[in-house]
Amino acid sequence: MPISRRTLLAAGGTSLAATLAAPALVRAQSTSAPIRIGEINSYTAIPAFTVPYRMGWQLAVEQINAAGGVLGRKLEVISHDDAGKPSDAIRLAGALLDESRVDLLAGGFLSNVGLAISDVARQRKRLFVASEPLTDALVWEQGHRYCFRLRPSTYMQVAMLVDDAVKLNAKRWVTVSPNYEYGQSLVKWFKALMTQRQPGVEFVAEQWPALGRIDAGATVAALAQSRPDAIFNGTFGPDLTNFVRQGNTRGLFEKRGVVSVLTGEPEYLEPLGDETPEGWIVTGWPVESVTDATNKAFIEAYRAKFNEMPKMGSVVGHAAITAIAGGIAKTGSVDTEAMADGFKGATFPTPFGPALWRAQDNQGTLGTYVGRTAMKNGKGIMVDWRYVDGAAAMPTDEEVRKLRPG
Amino acid sequence: MDFFLLQLLTGLASASSLFLVAAGLTVIFGVTRVVNFAHGSLFMLGAYIAWSILSRLPRTPEHFALGVLATALATAAIGALLEIALLRRLYRAPELLQLLATFGVVLVVQDAALWFWGPVDLAISRPPWLRGAIEIAGLRFPFYDAVLIAVGPAVLGLLLLLFHRTRWGLLVRAATQDRDMVAALGVNQRVLYTSVFALGAGLAGLGGALALPQGSANLQMDLAVVTDAFVVVVVGGMGSLGGAFLAALLIGVLQAFGIVLLPKITLVLVFLVMAAVLVLRPHGLLGRPQTAARSEAEALAPIRPAGAALQAAGLASLALAMAAPFVVGPYLLTVLTEAAIAVLFAASLHLMMGPGGMASFGHAAWFGIGAYAAAFATKALGGGLATGLLLAPLAAGTMALVIGWFVVRMSGVYLAMLTLAFAQIAWAVSFQWVEVTGGDNGILGLWPQGWAMDPRAMYWLALALCVGGALLLRRILFAPFGFALRATRDSPLRAAAIGLDAPRLRLAAFAIAGAAAGLSGAVFAYAKGSVFPTYMAIPHSVDALVAVLLGGVQTMAGPIVGAVAFTVLQSWLLTSEFWRFKLGLLIVLLVLAFPGGIAGAAAAAWNRFRRYQP
Repeated sequence: MPISRRTLLAAGGTSLAATLAAPALVRAQSTSAPIRIGEINSYTAIPAFTVPYRMGWQLAVEQINAAGGVLGRKLEVISHDDAGKPSDAIRLAGALLDESRVDLLAGGFLSNVGLAISDVARQRKRLFVASEPLTDALVWEQGHRYCFRLRPSTYMQVAMLVDDAVKLNAKRWVTVSPNYEYGQSLVKWFKALMTQRQPGVEFVAEQWPALGRIDAGATVAALAQSRPDAIFNGTFGPDLTNFVRQGNTRGLFEKRGVVSVLTGEPEYLEPLGDETPEGWIVTGWPVESVTDATNKAFIEAYRAKFNEMPKMGSVVGHAAITAIAGGIAKTGSVDTEAMADGFKGATFPTPFGPALWRAQDNQGTLGTYVGRTAMKNGKGIMVDWRYVDGAAAMPTDEEVRKLRPG
Repeated sequence: MDFFLLQLLTGLASASSLFLVAAGLTVIFGVTRVVNFAHGSLFMLGAYIAWSILSRLPRTPEHFALGVLATALATAAIGALLEIALLRRLYRAPELLQLLATFGVVLVVQDAALWFWGPVDLAISRPPWLRGAIEIAGLRFPFYDAVLIAVGPAVLGLLLLLFHRTRWGLLVRAATQDRDMVAALGVNQRVLYTSVFALGAGLAGLGGALALPQGSANLQMDLAVVTDAFVVVVVGGMGSLGGAFLAALLIGVLQAFGIVLLPKITLVLVFLVMAAVLVLRPHGLLGRPQTAARSEAEALAPIRPAGAALQAAGLASLALAMAAPFVVGPYLLTVLTEAAIAVLFAASLHLMMGPGGMASFGHAAWFGIGAYAAAFATKALGGGLATGLLLAPLAAGTMALVIGWFVVRMSGVYLAMLTLAFAQIAWAVSFQWVEVTGGDNGILGLWPQGWAMDPRAMYWLALALCVGGALLLRRILFAPFGFALRATRDSPLRAAAIGLDAPRLRLAAFAIAGAAAGLSGAVFAYAKGSVFPTYMAIPHSVDALVAVLLGGVQTMAGPIVGAVAFTVLQSWLLTSEFWRFKLGLLIVLLVLAFPGGIAGAAAAAWNRFRRYQP
């Protein structure tokens, strides 16, 4: 039978329609069917973090399934790219719930995408485990029963750094932070906590570069002009590289303390290379020098599978899966209401050591490392580091109650 | 005073960088009229290629210069390839179709660069000479910034020499003024266009390579650079090198001092400058009114109501769409809801862009204002769905009326860029006015209550309002108003002679389009349950442009077909690996196959078919 072009087109159209329309196959929810996790993240918009993140959760799924799964069922992750847009994330969340019949949602990098998925979870009464978004709103102002968040929030990151910032004994501070919610929130908390801890501290200038388009020379000169004693930095990624290079050349960091969020994370430290400024107080992960068994085991397994060193994203991806597994194991089922109760207080292992889901605000206690930057063989590393558990960086329960309605 | 001098020099250095990118864009536009969206991608490729070359060379100044030049040549070759393989086939296509093609290229390059160079930001290690500083008035100023300050004027000088002292330059300038005449005189246009495009691409690559020592090659730099480059080109006057240089100086220096006085102005400064300049000088600082290329858009047949067959097809599709909730699953229903909203959004842009002749790069502003109006109606006023749906088109239409007053007096790309400037200002307000708009975290919890909670009800509502709205816009175009609007586009002089008030007609069209886009935004806000500044951001404006151009800007069914096709394609591909590569490639292929858009191609095929009937 000769096949005309029209037949082919018609056939193509039908199969496209069928793919889109395919009503989810009725899947037997027997005990042997896999537990399905619907995962959404900004894989194309923020690849520097999310690509290692994906490798991290892939490793965790493989390890858990090799050990027999959770509740005797295997884990299965269905992962989609949100292209960095909250509206796409909302549609994909619907697709995962309605078509892929996932048992819970997970993921998110950008704060607004995380909040968008969280709002779907609240509306649909389904569980959402936010792995990466750092906004405080996720568990506080906009927090609700069905949303859990793994990583230390902007408040916690700042709280972990404040002890060392106070020790600098600097009076005049300047801040530089990207001009969006994450950056604004960092500066807000840093000012609040510093003013509380060190009476008489002054904030003499601030810079708010647009994310991804810092005018580094002008920013550095403007900060230097205020003759600060110390600098608080919230920029990361390409902006940080530009900022550090201009700052090094113009001598901004000489004889000044610098407190910098996330800079110790391998994905952001690596591009600084032989320009890594020494002695910055940072949060991050000293992947080169950790020695404890859990970290080592994770790094070894990761290198064996992917033949490269893990990044912070890899840790978050891995821990997101173990945290979900821990919650489900404690709950004993994947019923949403049962999980919303059961996750509270559930413990789980992470590459950094054991952590748990706080009962009071659904925040994970996965912590992070605080240390100083240094250079070794032309590469940036973290030295003098210590692990700070997430639980130690939270405000009092009473304050949390005030911040979290309902 | 010392600080003033230092900051001035810093501003000059960034002005030089800005000029290098913008120079290539303005050269390309001047001759080929291609609005090259992929210019930022060429810049990004320049940075990556420079990294690949420079990280393998010794770190001396000579080798650095050599590597940068090699990079410029490599990107010039890529540009020539792009012109020969793609853009050359589109010079006779409707205006702005090249924009769609280059948008496809942007998507392809993003995934290709991720695949080839990986996700990690790549920086070269700076040798001492690149890292050093010179002392100026007791303060340190980077030596490399001083080099950049010199490179900008040097490149400007070389380009001016090239254009004014060589035969090639003479031909290019002639083509800038009147390309049909140059062709009539027997000049090989193909070679001329290819070489001009290669020159522009090479300049973009040079800019990317020279930016590398200051930071890193990364996957976000294409979009970060391309808007700034467009702003510089437009502020300077499109096609004017001197203008681009002046504009770069203005923006670079204002930025350097602006962030000292008003640190939070970073998001919006360049767009404020552009809006101010364009309102005062509608063709930029040194630009001249565009001479219309003779082949464009003049001999188009007037629009006619759909024939019986097309009407039947339209009714059948509508009936199918209405029955969809009984057939399709919940996910496809969401996609179809979004498609219905996209139809109204695209149809409203089409009203301005097709019959109105006013292409907009900032159409998402009205969509976003409508969405936020609905959010305020729900959250602040405690109103229901109906209040929001009523308030949104009112708010967006009123805003469009105010902004339109500035916009409708302009034409072409200047008009499009002024709408972009206003859209970016609106975006920055929604982004930064955290107390009212919630900033980039948006406003959540707008899910409608009662009957509209059911996704099927939401779909029917979207279908009724959006397809109904699109049909109403279509009706407007067949009314005397629509024909008068078209007359002002096709022949402004004759339209004026018969007493048509062009600015008023265009303003009315602008406000109607704004109101319709606002309605689509409000429906979107309720369908998604939340609003975010991204609704007003550039990518969303681009979505509308892509939908209209994909469907066919000169057909009545174009925006409808284009919006449905683009929404369905995008949501279908988004769940697959390397979706940007696939989507970009598909767009490029569609543009090549159907330069008149999908609906345009269908209409042409139908006409051919009919001619063969007895």
